[in-house]
Amino acid sequence: MRYLKESPSQTAGPYVHIGCVPSFAGLEGMYGGNDLGKSMITGDARGERITIEGHVIDGTGTPLKDAMLEIWQADAAGLFHSPEETRGDADPAFTGWGRQPTDAVTGRYRFETVKPGAVPWPDGRMQAPHILVWIVARGINLGLSTRIYFSDEESANSADPLLSRIEHQNRVPTLIARRDGATYHFDIHLQGPDETIFFDI
Amino acid sequence: MTKGFKPGTFFQRDFDWHPPPLTPGYKTSIARSPQRARIAFDNTMTEATGPVFGHGMLGDLDNDLTLNYARPGQSAQGPRIILHGHVLDQEARPVPNALLECWQANAGGRYRHKKDGYLAPLDPDFGGCGRTITDERGYYAIRTIQPGPYPWPNAVNDWRPAHIHFSLFGQGFAQRLITQVYFEGDPHIALCPIVNTIPDKAAIDTLVAKLDMNHTAPMDARAYRMDFVLRGRRQTMFENKMEGM
Repeated sequence: MRYLKESPSQTAGPYVHIGCVPSFAGLEGMYGGNDLGKSMITGDARGERITIEGHVIDGTGTPLKDAMLEIWQADAAGLFHSPEETRGDADPAFTGWGRQPTDAVTGRYRFETVKPGAVPWPDGRMQAPHILVWIVARGINLGLSTRIYFSDEESANSADPLLSRIEHQNRVPTLIARRDGATYHFDIHLQGPDETIFFDI
Repeated sequence: MTKGFKPGTFFQRDFDWHPPPLTPGYKTSIARSPQRARIAFDNTMTEATGPVFGHGMLGDLDNDLTLNYARPGQSAQGPRIILHGHVLDQEARPVPNALLECWQANAGGRYRHKKDGYLAPLDPDFGGCGRTITDERGYYAIRTIQPGPYPWPNAVNDWRPAHIHFSLFGQGFAQRLITQVYFEGDPHIALCPIVNTIPDKAAIDTLVAKLDMNHTAPMDARAYRMDFVLRGRRQTMFENKMEGM
């Protein structure tokens, strides 16, 4: 069988903000001043409000100040705001998708979201609550995919079908965001001894 | 789609076709490339679904970069072009409602970004970003000016080919893609360390937009054709059946 080949990826480059977060790049007023994905909560969203913040760190230990992150997650009931969600209607006050740059001075990223509910694995077992993360930047040739899990979901994490089949269990903590009040801290290490697990999705 | 179905999973990505993470000729990749293997698993709902954006989100000039940052009565400077084509999946089926976002330098190779200090001047009538959503046939078109090449601090005398960056959303997050579009005949393409992160010449050729005289706007703008391909996907299955049945 012959199939078309997927368009090959290229780096997003240092000026990704112009196209994806134009206000951040200095193009005030473009698209009405609303950078797409800036607000995931659009009304009285159900569930626990949380903040996720951290840095994306290169192989020398330096935070990236020109990265862009996107997250995709279920709502508090475990439903996706997607036309292909077949199990029920997702919370209309929550988009499930967010996009944020890392700060140009500090390198910190920050998402305001809700804690997701559990979503099934293909065989019907439940996955632990998680958020898909996608990272692009100058020097990254193909967007990197990882997941955020939560430090206060210990029993769900230990039963998670994906986490439990990872051969090097000593690397699983790289996927667990550390809870501190209503904030979860999640640093992403691109390279080195603390390298975050990246997935081929 | 009927309740009781779940979205199909996506075809496996060919990592010999995409650029690998570590491509030392592109220096920044050295410290930003993971060294351990990616861990693979078949898509769950998380990866098989994704955000879908409505045409109602778009402003009238979002896909016209010659006008969307221009002062009233003005237009961006440079060679006027239409870039158009289809977004398809790997089975050549159209991908409707796909959001495309693009960004680029102006005709002199200068980006409107706080961090671009290149001495070529900004164009007061050019912002450099646009977006559009494919129609039911997977078709899109943008109007813009052809960007200029620009130098960048990699080797001492590296220049990027003229290019436009594109970000694409399909129907599932596993299709998410950012890439760059080049222009037919540009001698910088073969010299560029970023282009050459892609190991296969045939893969590079798929990112080169072809001059398309049949779609020019006579006495107005030339046209270039660029088709994008996103990952294909398996047929949907009943949720209560085992995978692969």
